[in-house]
Amino acid sequence: MATVDTPITLATGADALAPPLTFRQMAWRRFRRHRMAMAGAVILILLFVYAFGGGLIFTAERANFTDTSARLQGPSAAHPFGTDTVGRDVLARTIQGGRISLMIGLMAAVLEIVIGVVVGAVAGYYGGVVDSLLMRLTEAMLIIPSLFLLIVAARLVGGSVTWIIIIFALTSWMYVARIVRAEFLSLKENEFILAARSIGTPTSQIIFRHILPNSMAPIVVSATLAVATAILSEAYISFLGMGVQPPTATWGNMLDGSYNYIESAPWLWIFPGLLILLTVLSINFVGDGLRDALDPRSRNV
Amino acid sequence: MTVYASHSTAAPRPLLLDIRNLQVRFYTPEGTVYAVNDISYKVHEGEVVAVVGESGCGKSVSMMAVLGLIPRPPGEIAGGEALFMGRDLLRLPEDDMQSVRGGDIAMVFQDPMTSLNPVLSVRRQMTESLRRHANMSPEQARDRAVELLELVGIPDAARRLGDYPHQFSGGMRQRVMIAMMLACNPSLLIADEPTTALDVTIQAQIVELVTRMREKLGMALIWITHDLGVVAGLAERVIVMYAGMIVEEADVDSLFDRPRHPYTLALLGALPRVDRRRDSRLNSIPGAPPNLLVEPRGCPFAPRCEYVIERCRVERPPLMPVSPTQRSACWVLAGGEGNN
Amino acid sequence: MSRYIIRRLLQAIPLLFFVSIILFVLMGQMGDPIATMGGRRVTRPADRERLTRQLGLDQPGYMQYLYWLVGNDWRQIDLDGDGVPDTTGTRRGILRGDFGMSLMKRGQSAWEVIWDRVPNTLLLMVTSEVVIIIFALLIGVFSALRQYSLADHVITAVSFIGYSTPIFFFALLSIYIFSVNFKRWGLPSLPAVGMFDPQVGRTPGQVALHMILPVATITFVSIAAYSRYIRSTMLEVLNEDYIRTARAKGLRNRYILFVHALKNAALPIVTLIGLDLALLLGGALVTERIFAWPGMGRLFLDHMQRFDTPVVMGILILLSVTVIVFQIITDLTYALLDPRIRYD
Repeated sequence: MATVDTPITLATGADALAPPLTFRQMAWRRFRRHRMAMAGAVILILLFVYAFGGGLIFTAERANFTDTSARLQGPSAAHPFGTDTVGRDVLARTIQGGRISLMIGLMAAVLEIVIGVVVGAVAGYYGGVVDSLLMRLTEAMLIIPSLFLLIVAARLVGGSVTWIIIIFALTSWMYVARIVRAEFLSLKENEFILAARSIGTPTSQIIFRHILPNSMAPIVVSATLAVATAILSEAYISFLGMGVQPPTATWGNMLDGSYNYIESAPWLWIFPGLLILLTVLSINFVGDGLRDALDPRSRNV
Repeated sequence: MTVYASHSTAAPRPLLLDIRNLQVRFYTPEGTVYAVNDISYKVHEGEVVAVVGESGCGKSVSMMAVLGLIPRPPGEIAGGEALFMGRDLLRLPEDDMQSVRGGDIAMVFQDPMTSLNPVLSVRRQMTESLRRHANMSPEQARDRAVELLELVGIPDAARRLGDYPHQFSGGMRQRVMIAMMLACNPSLLIADEPTTALDVTIQAQIVELVTRMREKLGMALIWITHDLGVVAGLAERVIVMYAGMIVEEADVDSLFDRPRHPYTLALLGALPRVDRRRDSRLNSIPGAPPNLLVEPRGCPFAPRCEYVIERCRVERPPLMPVSPTQRSACWVLAGGEGNN
Repeated sequence: MSRYIIRRLLQAIPLLFFVSIILFVLMGQMGDPIATMGGRRVTRPADRERLTRQLGLDQPGYMQYLYWLVGNDWRQIDLDGDGVPDTTGTRRGILRGDFGMSLMKRGQSAWEVIWDRVPNTLLLMVTSEVVIIIFALLIGVFSALRQYSLADHVITAVSFIGYSTPIFFFALLSIYIFSVNFKRWGLPSLPAVGMFDPQVGRTPGQVALHMILPVATITFVSIAAYSRYIRSTMLEVLNEDYIRTARAKGLRNRYILFVHALKNAALPIVTLIGLDLALLLGGALVTERIFAWPGMGRLFLDHMQRFDTPVVMGILILLSVTVIVFQIITDLTYALLDPRIRYD
């Protein structure tokens, strides 16, 4: 049979002449073209500047300074975001609270990824009984509605920042573990892994040098989204009064009790609420962009 | 020069489809794709026409454009008309177009594995067009569906009617597809590479089935393919397309005996022949396929052509008659040879 | 099919064991049940000890778990602490439907306390699921059909904001607008607290009115997320070859959309909705708290605060069972919609 089936090319001349790009360069190029993701990244940087740069001016002392004579004052020149129920400056507290909230988000995400990668890697690499035990545990953890689990855990360990970070990580590693396990299962029978093993490469080196880099893309994306989830979770449990305890401010615990002032002092919940919304939104944009940029199948170079 | 008496010249049959200056473009992020560039041809009642070319040469797109199946956006019909029994299909309102599609003109697609809806039963998919176009009752439609399935050679048709596509093999699915498309007795059947996705033995069966159906039902047939081997035994007339243009049109004998376009020559060179030595390599056409992102200027085949002359690069050759049954778009082989 | 259901149910048993062990270990570390039972009446050390033994708190952890699971009516309990077992246990264990006695509400079993709230939560959740499915489908299909139109861009922007919005923020904002400010502006305002106006009584109309804001709150985030998902699934399906076939057959566009496309697009959507129940329950928790809706979520928070272990444990187990059952239903629905899947 005569077939003259050759694909048409849509490449423009300029691309054909340019030197081939590495995966990282291509990903960066795709990410840059993702307008939403770039906007998200810029907003995120501004939010970090707000929280950490602003923290140099609006110190923790200032954020915790109470002035009972100036309780529940609306936004004014002296207090742009108003004051809270004990006369603290809401602007200063959103800045200090932002530091804590962003830090909780980042640290919890890192820890979550570490746990998820370890569990997933161990399950995927060793297989057998270890795998099925770890996977049953993963399933069981996924069955319990996470916010409920989080509240039980938070109630158990009390409201210190460190413990909050730890319980966030302990209740949210499951998705990462599943992704990593699946990557391991598909990669470990791959020829280059078998080759590495046949020349006696140690197991840890196979895992860290050979398999993990190959499953980096989904891990990076889930890590990004995990930051958003952790910030939201902090807000939820603090809103329910079980998160980080005052006087330490977080965006979440600034909202605790604010629903008693929905009408009389809306600035109490609008500003921290908006900041959380903005942060989560921009992280979601960045995550979306990363997913497209890191997907080797995506063709929009 | 031998003039072969083709069917169309011996006894002119009424005109069925008349495509004039059809142009189709796609607006993509990479730029405008000039998919079909000013093509014209005619199909008569009961005639078998083959459209040949590499994938991406616009042969399927032009047919989909005629049926109004181009997604818009990103596609756009930039010009031309397609007269079917006197009506311009390109300007027909969607409602009227729906009664043409599946009614007067039917189309069978390349891949039977993906062209049938996996979650609807064969019965549902067979009867829906009968009920829509022929206003049949569910029972009438069912009986007609069984009849059609038997006609295309599905064993135990009555029982298999309730099955789902995944319960049929590839060849059987293509038979179902053909039966489905023949349901309303179309006067034109467009077969878009219906054998490409199938095993070689099944391919022959499907070609045979379509030929038999055509003889039995008397409809015209446009067979789109990149496989010249199929064309020889099937078509009366052949249209060769390259880069969204028709480069040669001829009755089947003229085309195989006296190809008058370098691209056709190259295609025929790429056709494996039984009379050739076994170790002779399959010819492939040197050079890259055309870049459709650039508005065509000159002859699109010029960069890959052995016969290329200066004129080819600057001026697009029109389809020029070579004989009463053959036209070619080549400055060198169609016009007076080498007079430039 | 029935064999598949039985197999899935059997698989759920070890899973629930895992769940219950995780929860039991967590809850075992928590608070002082005696103090919860409370008040001044158990300040005497003798009473404390008696209660400790009665509740089985003197037993090692695994025995406590066993009691919780299968009860202790099969053995003698040493109630007076003299080392000689004297009384038959009274607990029958959760496997036999005994969730234990509530520590906060004396004389009431945990099951009674929970069961009292189940209808309210169910009302909220079922309504929310229905609202989510209808709106997500409508919005998703609409924006898929109008891909890249102005409406599609607006919907995209709103839904991105939607699923980045903390549920409580949406709730507070909607109360602020529809309840507080509408009243201020003299417009018909929506109630933001409870299930009904005590002065009018618990009429269906009242409950429906009081449900508007809570349901909107629970569903907002999910509708935003699912409509995006439905849009992309729909776009994918509309590009499939079989849709082109259907169009080549001259079928009506609406028929193609709702019969050929939607049935295929529904498959991944069913999975998503089925598996996200746990997430939705979390949303209900916050919502019930804000709108003072007397459901299980609020019960959980109240009893959590006071370490009422049997009730909290009961709620968590009940929710876990619901999630598992929902997963099985999801699989079965999938099989119903997709003829290619046969569970044998």
